[in-house]
Order: sequence, then C-alpha cells, then structure tokens
Amino acid sequence: MNLFEVAHFVREKPMKLYILTVLHHIRDIKDPEHPYSLEELKVITEDAIEVDDNNSHVRVTFTPTVEHCSMATVIGLCLRVKLIRCLPPRYKVDIRVAPGTHATEAAVNKQLNDKERVAAALENPNLVDMVDECLAPSYA
Amino acid sequence: MNFAGDFDLKEKQILEGHTDRVWNLAWKPASGVDGIPAVLASCSGDKTVRIWEQSPATGSFQCKAVLDETHTRTVRSCAWSPSGKLLATASFDATTAIWEHVGGDYECVSTLEGHENEVKCVSWNASGSLLATCGRDKSVWIWEVLPGNEFDCVSVLQGHTQDVKMVQWHPSMDILFSCSYDNSIKIWAEDGDNDDWHCVQTLDESNSGHTSSVWALSFNSDGDKMVTCSDDLTLKIWGADIMNMQSGDGNAPWLHLCTLSGYHDRTIFSVHWSRDGIIASGAADDAIRLFVENKDGLVDGPTYQLLLKKDKAHNMDVNSVKWSSMENGRLASASDDGTIKIWELVSLPGHDKLPL
Repeated sequence: MNLFEVAHFVREKPMKLYILTVLHHIRDIKDPEHPYSLEELKVITEDAIEVDDNNSHVRVTFTPTVEHCSMATVIGLCLRVKLIRCLPPRYKVDIRVAPGTHATEAAVNKQLNDKERVAAALENPNLVDMVDECLAPSYA
Repeated sequence: MNFAGDFDLKEKQILEGHTDRVWNLAWKPASGVDGIPAVLASCSGDKTVRIWEQSPATGSFQCKAVLDETHTRTVRSCAWSPSGKLLATASFDATTAIWEHVGGDYECVSTLEGHENEVKCVSWNASGSLLATCGRDKSVWIWEVLPGNEFDCVSVLQGHTQDVKMVQWHPSMDILFSCSYDNSIKIWAEDGDNDDWHCVQTLDESNSGHTSSVWALSFNSDGDKMVTCSDDLTLKIWGADIMNMQSGDGNAPWLHLCTLSGYHDRTIFSVHWSRDGIIASGAADDAIRLFVENKDGLVDGPTYQLLLKKDKAHNMDVNSVKWSSMENGRLASASDDGTIKIWELVSLPGHDKLPL
C-alpha cells in the first residue's frame, strides 16, 4: 500500500485504515494444512475485521475451509498470537468463527476466547511450533 | 456497615517485578496486624511466585523473595495455609508445590502430583487439615495434610464435564465449592467421616446459574452467602440457611438470591467479598468495581448496588482482586500488565480511611 492510498483513506475513511492495518498483520498467516495463506483461502477477508479504536477493540471472524475443520482452533490461535504481537497492548481481541460455518462453532469460539485455555495452549511446545510455522514469513 | 456518601479507590503502590502476567494474589493470614508486617504472595506466567512484605518504617511493599526454579510452567494460583506457615502454589505444569518459610528462605517441602494436566487452583480448608486442587482434567482432588509436610490424596472428585477453574472451601465448614468452564458450580461434602466425598449440589442454568464459564467465587464473612463471577458478564449472589447446614444435617441447599448484570461488558475473572461486606470484581476491561448491599431494600431478598468503578485500574486485564483480611479498605489487584497494585478505599470528602 503506497502513501497516496494511506493518505486517501485517512482523509476519507479512517475506519478502513484500521481494518486494512489489521488485515495487513493477518493476511499472510499460513493455513496449517494447506500451502496457502488465510487470505488466499478466503478464511480471512477485509469484511471479517471489525475495529473500534475508541474502545481498543478488534474482532476477527474467520471462515474455516470446511465445516468439520479440525484446525479451526489452531487458526484461531494463530490469529490471536499475531494480533497480540502486532497491536498495542491496550487492544482487546475477540476471535470467532463465522456463524454457521463450523459444526462445533460455540465450542470453538469458547475455547478461542478463554484466556486461561489460550495461555495453557501456548505453553504446549507442539502447538507453539505449529503456530510459529503458520506465522513464519514465506519468501516467494 | 453503611456505605453512604462517595468513595474512591486510591492507588497506593505499584509492585513491579514479574516478567509476565500476574494471575493471582494471596494475603498472608495474621499479617498486617499486631506489629507483624503485611505480606502478599503473587504468582505469574513467568513461572515464579513473589513474596512482598510491607516495610513498617515506610509503609511500602518490597519483594522479599522470588520462588523460582520449581514450577516449569505458569503458576496459576497461590494460597496460604490458615496459620500462614505454608504456601501452596498450583501450576500449569500439573503439580502443586508446598512451600515453607525456613530461616529467611522459602523452601519447597512437598510436590503434589496426580492431575493429568494444568492445575488451576488450590485452596486450604478453615482448619488447615485439608487441601483441594482442581484442573483442566475436570477433576477436583482433596488432600489430607499430615505431619512432616506429608500430603495424602483422599479423594478424586469427578462430575464437572469441563475444566475446573477454581476451588474454594467454605470459611467455617468442610464443604468444598468448585466452579467450571462447564458453566456450573458444584458443592462437595463428606458423607460421614470416611473420606467419601460426593457432589451434594450443582448450581447451573437450570437453577438460575451462569450461562458461561464460572471463573471465581467468594464467601461473605458469615459464610451464609457467596458471590460468583463469570464469562457471562454477571455476578451472582447465592445464599444458604447456615444454621441448617451446621446442625449436622448439612443438607441446606444454596439458592440464587440476586444477579448483577449490566455492570460488566467483558469477562469477570475475579471476585472477592471483604469482611466488611464490599464485593470487589476484576475484569477483562481493565477495571475494578466495588459493590455493596442495598440497605434500603424494599424488595424481597437482598439487592446490590455499584459503590464505585475504577476505570483503567491497570493497563490490561485485571486477573485477581483480594481484600486484605486484616486491614479494612485495603485491596490488592493483579494484571496481565505484569503489575500488582495496592489500593486504599477512602471516603470523600475528608479522605479519611474507613473506620475499623
């Protein structure tokens, strides 16, 4: 994104800038199973991001590739880790699967937004390796 | 206690030192009174426990000890034995460590193993003869405290269908309360005296219980009421006929008295009822809220009102709030921002401390 575009959006649509900033952080996260980014697989889109800067709140709604996706919690974890690393610490992040796109939607959402469960998961070396793999930049 | 007029929570000190989020706090019993300096224990994602002691000269807290190189993962919860001689620490490394203050140093004198994965909470009963732990393996363990720092597991309680976040013994009776990711609170009691512990009551959605994970619970000083907090953004007050409970029958059910909703807009992680009747809550919106009973209640049963809300009490989530058991109006809070704060509840105008 060049400066002209940035300036345009700041003048015209500040919300768009926030959303694009968040998208910029997460678009290249790799899917844990397929050799594509979350954006390429349409797991993440611009529309899936909501930002409320006044209340320091971000919500990301992602769409797993298949309804019984067993990697839904891993994808959610990757999103959370990336955003915690990139956003100012004042930000509250909520991650959820797009309604109607996963067989155990409520269970997945609950896990992804339980801070204690997330903290424990991120102390599991196998899971951390997986997340790091997904978050690692790929140089085409 | 009548809380008329305006109050404020004054920040007295910020305790820094932990290098990761601080999960829990525990005031040492019988400290902060009779010339004995107040002592506070804190535990963290940095795998350590810190002991903070108030200097009698300056009144400020200093870190007296760092209990490290024992737990290999987050330390989630800490609890002093009623005598203050022992400190129990529960960790994601699936163990519970018991520490003793031996000649100026804290030494790990015992390690309790058995949970299959993360231990989330530890609690001592009123007499210090029993210890309870709980964890992600959905079980609650009861341990008997034996001489020579020996601990024997007397019961493994199954019943919760999801991970158990907190256990807390009743302040005067050997009845155990647990709260869980399965949205329920369970009450456990012993049948006779033969280590036969079982669930005597479950408080869930069907009896006005919470609709999402229950993170914590706290009793009032009389032990006839308790407050619970949840991811469902509410606090719930429960009561029981304590006389009935004590008269041997032990079968007095806990009933829902009141739900405080509309005050929190993010998960409430911690709740603590002071001995002078103030309920403090710590939540994921970085704020601390205080509630008191509404004394001009013209309705059936008690109602509660917000005494004050401390916005931005910390820069990040507040994980734990604990009133000092010895000094009225003193509150400690712990946060994801890695700090602990000591607060003083003051009444305005006049800025006087609350009368003891």
